[in-house]
Amino acid sequence: MLSVLGIKVSVRSWLVPVLMLISVAVNAAPNGQLLYETNCASCHGGNGKGGVGVPISLPSFLHSVPDTYLEKTIRYGRPGRVMPPFKYLSDAQIKAIVGHLRNFAPGKYPESLHALVKGDIKRGKKLFGQHCASCHGVNGEGGKGTGVTFSRPRELPIIAPSISNPGFLLAATDHMIKSTLMNGRQGTPMQSFLKMGLTEKDIDDLVSYVRSFENVKAKKKFTEESAIMVFDSPNDLKTTVENLKNAAGAENFRIIRVQDLEEGLVKKGAESGREVVIYFCNFQTLNEVLGVDPRVGLFLPCRVTVVEREGKVQVMAINPRYLSAMYNNDELDKFCDQMFEIYTNIIEEATL
Amino acid sequence: MRRLLAGILMLVLSTVSAVASESDGLILHRSIQNFPEAMLALQTSIGEHGYTVSRVQRVDIGLTKSGYKTDKYRIVFFGKSSEIRAVKQSQPQLIPYLPLKVVIFSENNETLLVASNMTQFSELVNNEYTKTLLQRWNNDIQSIFSEIK
Repeated sequence: MLSVLGIKVSVRSWLVPVLMLISVAVNAAPNGQLLYETNCASCHGGNGKGGVGVPISLPSFLHSVPDTYLEKTIRYGRPGRVMPPFKYLSDAQIKAIVGHLRNFAPGKYPESLHALVKGDIKRGKKLFGQHCASCHGVNGEGGKGTGVTFSRPRELPIIAPSISNPGFLLAATDHMIKSTLMNGRQGTPMQSFLKMGLTEKDIDDLVSYVRSFENVKAKKKFTEESAIMVFDSPNDLKTTVENLKNAAGAENFRIIRVQDLEEGLVKKGAESGREVVIYFCNFQTLNEVLGVDPRVGLFLPCRVTVVEREGKVQVMAINPRYLSAMYNNDELDKFCDQMFEIYTNIIEEATL
Repeated sequence: MRRLLAGILMLVLSTVSAVASESDGLILHRSIQNFPEAMLALQTSIGEHGYTVSRVQRVDIGLTKSGYKTDKYRIVFFGKSSEIRAVKQSQPQLIPYLPLKVVIFSENNETLLVASNMTQFSELVNNEYTKTLLQRWNNDIQSIFSEIK
């Protein structure tokens, strides 16, 4: 017997309804709207109009892509282009999200057709350079920045996608790419290539060239990076702090604040005095990096911490290369590499 | 029997709530409130969860003064002094990631909030107290965000 709200009941009598309730909860059809709000809205906006993520509610987009394109995009993401892979969602949950996306622009959309387009890759490459590279990049790497925040004026409807991205190539069929080239995307800078004077043969060549990006090897990513950078200082804490301020200034960074780690958390004067944080910034670099990824504030402001333990002084900093892995943004990786070098230079200079 | 039932319930609940709890290195949350309201809600929620806001870095002000156009962009630092002290003493390798922080910036009339999933640093620590603490910090950040509509 168990006591439930003071009433004694046998285990068997309540076990059945509890298990039935559990069964209903587990087997209930996934709620696409709820799943979208939980997993997608923070980047793409509650109404799909974009943000850090690209807009996904444009009728011309939703009416030109099959469900499989959306499903594979959610499942595999866009490696190095912010959109993460949603590995933990079930197929049913992904289908439910796609169902919700369709509500943004009700109407007809194509079936997924898998017939391969056979064109001339060499000719396609030439046409790509003439007609596509200015927006999609010479190597199909896509426009700069993320979504619409910071990186470009808000009136632009969509960033040029990376069409050489392995995630895109996995999700998009030849037929879908061809259809996009032939019809364009209303409400975006993507024009109909037929209306621009290209022939269907030209478009087939372009599709084959885009498909050939599948053979390009992925860039090497930072792996096995330590989460922090630690350097021993031969000097005392005060001298090390002064040396770091000078070294940061020499690298064109402005010192914006020097404070105890505990400042603001404990009463004034009660700080331990054994961890001093130096914040510094180069606003030009900051502006550039926010254009690449507005979520990057978790790195900010640039900071080193001088730590004293039993007479030994160390300088610690986050490792930008370690953090860059969180963002799935190849462009940001370049900044992180640069920041790693700058941190190293500043701290080495200060701890000579 | 009770243990068995508790086990089944835990298993089922963890499956059902997987969507809300699973995340990578970043926790993102979109508020439909404009920036000032979301900022106020954030600081209130941080306080209600027992944390102290130690500082707000006004990144947008620095950028604007340097001649760059930007929306509102702030970083809110916060923590509990006893926990911060305990962690920096026993796990100094976490010092560069302390105190906790939330990035908050405006997107038109809405506001985006970003924080680190602190559990990703569990691999750096060697005691259960800190691992549990990182998990609680993560849960608290999610809870703080959930209160910002």
